[in-house]
Amino acid sequence: MTYKLILGALAATGLTAGAAAAATLDDVKERGALNCGVVTGLVGFGAPNANGEWEGFDVALCRAVAAAVLGDPTAVEFIPTTGKTRFTALASGEIDMLARNTTWTFSRDVDLKFEFTGINYYDGQGFMVPKSLGVTSAKDLDGATVCIQTGTTTELNLADFFRKNNISYEPVAVETNAEGQQQYQAGACDTYTTDASGLAATRAAFENPADHVILPEIISKEPLGPLVRHGDNEWGDVVRWTLNALIAAEEMGVTSANVQDMAAAPGDSPEINRLLGTEGNLGEMMGLEADWAVNAIAANGNYGEIFEKNIGENTPIGLARGLNAQWTNGGLLYSPPFR
Amino acid sequence: MASVTDPQTNQGFRISSLINDRRYRGLTFQFIALIGIIFAMAYLGINLVQNLATAGLTFSYDFLGEQAGYDINQTLIEYDSQSSHLRAAIVGVINTLLVSVLGCIAATLIGVTAGVLRLSKNWLVAKLMSIYVEAFRNVPVLIWILIIGTVVTLSGANPRDFLTRGGSVEPSSELILGAFAFTNRGFYAPAVELGAGWPVVLIALIAGIVGFFWWRAHVKKTLFDTGKLLPVWPSWLILIVPVVLAQLVLGALSLSMPDVASNNFNIQGGTLIAKPFIALWLALSIYTGAFIAENVRAGILAVSTGQTEAAAALGLRPRRVMNLVILPQALRIIIPPLISQYLNLTKNSSLAIAVGYADITATLGGITLNQTGKALECVLLLMLFYLIISLSISAVMNVYNASVALKER
Amino acid sequence: MADTHSQSVAYVRESMVPQQPAPVSETGAIKWLRTNLFSNWFYSILTLAAIYVIYLLLSILIPWIAGGVWLASDIRECRAITGDGAGGCFAVLEDRIWQLLFGFSYPSEAYWRPTLALVLLFVAAAPVLFASLPRALLIVTALYPFTAYWLLWGGTILVPTFALVGVVAGYFAYRALVDRSFALGFFGGVIVAFVVWWLAGFVTPALSDVLALQAVQSRDMGGFMLNLILGVVCVSLSLPIGIVLALGRQSRLPIIKGICVVFIEFVRGVPLITLLFVANVVLAYFLPPGTNFDLILRVIIMITMFASAYIAEVIRGGLAALPRGQFEGAESLGLDYWQSMRLIILPQALKISIPGIVNVAVGLFKDTTLVSIISMFDLVGMIRGPILASTDWNGVYWELYGFAALLFFVVCYGISQYSQWLERQLATDHR
Repeated sequence: MTYKLILGALAATGLTAGAAAAATLDDVKERGALNCGVVTGLVGFGAPNANGEWEGFDVALCRAVAAAVLGDPTAVEFIPTTGKTRFTALASGEIDMLARNTTWTFSRDVDLKFEFTGINYYDGQGFMVPKSLGVTSAKDLDGATVCIQTGTTTELNLADFFRKNNISYEPVAVETNAEGQQQYQAGACDTYTTDASGLAATRAAFENPADHVILPEIISKEPLGPLVRHGDNEWGDVVRWTLNALIAAEEMGVTSANVQDMAAAPGDSPEINRLLGTEGNLGEMMGLEADWAVNAIAANGNYGEIFEKNIGENTPIGLARGLNAQWTNGGLLYSPPFR
Repeated sequence: MASVTDPQTNQGFRISSLINDRRYRGLTFQFIALIGIIFAMAYLGINLVQNLATAGLTFSYDFLGEQAGYDINQTLIEYDSQSSHLRAAIVGVINTLLVSVLGCIAATLIGVTAGVLRLSKNWLVAKLMSIYVEAFRNVPVLIWILIIGTVVTLSGANPRDFLTRGGSVEPSSELILGAFAFTNRGFYAPAVELGAGWPVVLIALIAGIVGFFWWRAHVKKTLFDTGKLLPVWPSWLILIVPVVLAQLVLGALSLSMPDVASNNFNIQGGTLIAKPFIALWLALSIYTGAFIAENVRAGILAVSTGQTEAAAALGLRPRRVMNLVILPQALRIIIPPLISQYLNLTKNSSLAIAVGYADITATLGGITLNQTGKALECVLLLMLFYLIISLSISAVMNVYNASVALKER
Repeated sequence: MADTHSQSVAYVRESMVPQQPAPVSETGAIKWLRTNLFSNWFYSILTLAAIYVIYLLLSILIPWIAGGVWLASDIRECRAITGDGAGGCFAVLEDRIWQLLFGFSYPSEAYWRPTLALVLLFVAAAPVLFASLPRALLIVTALYPFTAYWLLWGGTILVPTFALVGVVAGYFAYRALVDRSFALGFFGGVIVAFVVWWLAGFVTPALSDVLALQAVQSRDMGGFMLNLILGVVCVSLSLPIGIVLALGRQSRLPIIKGICVVFIEFVRGVPLITLLFVANVVLAYFLPPGTNFDLILRVIIMITMFASAYIAEVIRGGLAALPRGQFEGAESLGLDYWQSMRLIILPQALKISIPGIVNVAVGLFKDTTLVSIISMFDLVGMIRGPILASTDWNGVYWELYGFAALLFFVVCYGISQYSQWLERQLATDHR
């Protein structure tokens, strides 16, 4: 009976009420914490640091959503997921949103019944090779051994690419990025392929990053974004517009440094005012406080600040903005208007 | 203490006798249990249907016919990214069976050697074997798989070191005998190619094997019938000579050597025993070998010394004592746990993903599950597969146990 | 030499020659070497081979440990210090030891709690493991689950207290009713316990600050602590379930027997990893919509199922080994099924099964590392995930895997030594 009791007690702690079906927003508010699915460890995008705090580009989005909904960027439970577990975790309601460099594809959206709420990183699949190999194009990789993370879209793209170009390869399946790094560095594979951002992050962790090159071919489109369950449009809106708020904030020059001032003293730009809740009632429409966007931006800064802090050119990962620049700077980031 | 006193048997049926009467109580309990199980199943089933409906998913195995889209690095049957998920699963099944069977063989060899050496009077060797057995038995198999996987990855030359790149580069390593290479991607060896007439060689081989056993049976029979001991070695001649003759005459089998010239990245041609396989196979056989060593040791110790002494007193020579007295008795004790170790090895092979080996858990339960999102279907199928394997091995064990059970008369 | 009379008669020695030491080749180290290492040519070869193996191992291990670096902030600094030497980079252990032991999200100011829980575990386990200790200590054992729960998960002390009150109330109800019939006592006890817990459910939320420790979420458990929690909880839970399953499998009632056989054979037939996949990706579909167990609880359920099937088989072996006379004797005394099981059969069967149970427990504890494959950060998960993925320690394998192996070895070897000791203690009746 003692044992039954432990089980009961455990069940009591484990049974965190979380209706999977609808009203995720209410659940999050009631719970006082956002359950956010993240990667198990990819430097720059989502990894616990030496103090055990999660940080990274995707993690910052979780924090921004938590700040928008709950006013507290630390009210997040980070739930690490693997390629295999991420979709079940979301479908079963274990997590409220998934921010884990997940590619937006037709079948995931339609067949797996998820809703992608935007794109926070435009990526593409690339190849990294040791400079000493003298390879300059992915098409020269005939016969090469390729390290590839299982359970990702990159695995399918890789097969397609080599088949299309009528060249052969030997796949070496790895489960995590860390293992891919290990195999690649030990020379167990000639090239490592994953999203170009991931390659940059991986290369940054090497002892001599300059000894490795990322080949010019980008063989696929990998629009990465946060996703939520189908059928809860209110919650989908919250995540979508939090992301848009971060993007719009950069476009409008709202940063973590000036957001409080701008919210305290409304300026003459109506859209900024609507965004920051000093004009109109956008927050109320979503079921959030008026200062939701202020909190979201104050949490980690706008999109540009998040990018620079986690994966930008001044970090070890050193990614250029490229496609992820604002549309005004020739990139693809284009937030719909806050109106 | 109503339950203790047996009710009078002539008493008629009353409702209370469902609880208190031994004759009916069993029925009551079973009925309750059955109802409970049915309810539990129904409850789970209804939840499943509801949840699937909410998530908008369906339960179907149609995805098995769809194109898999991914490549696998060790395929014993024809497979490419255009093949179906079903075929990928079959590739996984074959890989699981391959590593399990070869693992069992290697584990038995390692285990028997270690078990016997641990009992040897050589102090140093016995101690060394104890260390091996204890170290492997007391550390999780996953950690050993990871460690051995890392060892295999970090040892061995890079295949690139062997390449001549069409004669333009002086390779830093040479193939051993022009035919073998240990690399960090696997072990390269010559491949056997079947030419015209290979069925003849195969038939010769089968005939040789039949003849081999026939001769041995013949020797035994002559010994028992006439007391004459014929030599055993002709059986080897019967086995080998026809095959060699057939091969020499027809030249059906030829070797194709690994080719270091034609590609810039890898050694081409020949047979490659890939690194993930080597790592998993080594880890599983060394780990399971430690357990088998313990079983072997226990089995030998369980045969009492009186048996040895009695056999010696009958005038048997030491080798015959071992073969005719000790081993038959020890094997009866060793084999049942040995078979359950085989079962464990097979089940542990499901950790293949830790070293990137494409077994059934990695293909069907890994990549296919990920790509299609059919978690329920994939996991069910996966469990079914392992269940079939386990039940078959258990069936074999039961047959064996029945055949060696002490016949009590 | 006069007193020896050695020369008195030419051919008879009348007195003893003084005792000589044995020849050098038959005593001391040389004799030991000859009998134990070089008794024949085959053994000599074996010995030389063994010496070579030991030399190889030591020639790698000694420089690795002796030349090891214990203070460095990342792997580059480590490599800079060791240069080309074979020294290990143990600084990673120094840097991440708390993460390895407790995971990365357990609050660091609360590390004393799991540590204390572990110490108490030894105290609680002692009276069970060593029969010579005073029986009064069993009270500690009985209180342990509640204390440990409070220490590990935190929150108000009222939750485990009321849980305890429920158990005690249930026990007294059982005692009061068991004389009527065992089933009545059992179910009565369970019902009373549930009533108490149900009542307590009204009180605790209001008093959540009474003697409260900082609450820790299940998912914040990690590192070696997670392995220990899973191992201890699942083994303790699976013992009673395993006993019930074993009795069920021996039962004469075909349906009960069938259910138990199917369950046991099914669970034993599949690898643990598939059951963990079930916990991770499938179980959620079978629970009522809206419920949401966290992963650690689902994993506990599946590992407990797994362990109980194995324990059931061990106990079945114990039951089968009992002479039939014990069953018949119990029956002839007029004991009913539960009484004979409780008082006669199980005590003997369990005694025979203890070594087997310990084996299962050790195996299970080792298997808790598999949870790393389903993205839980146990000891192996911590290494493969956050630590090896970090820029600082990417590439440090041997030190981390070696540390993990060492921790498991210490625990498992300790348990198996205990098991052997116990076997010797219990082996009173045979030889």
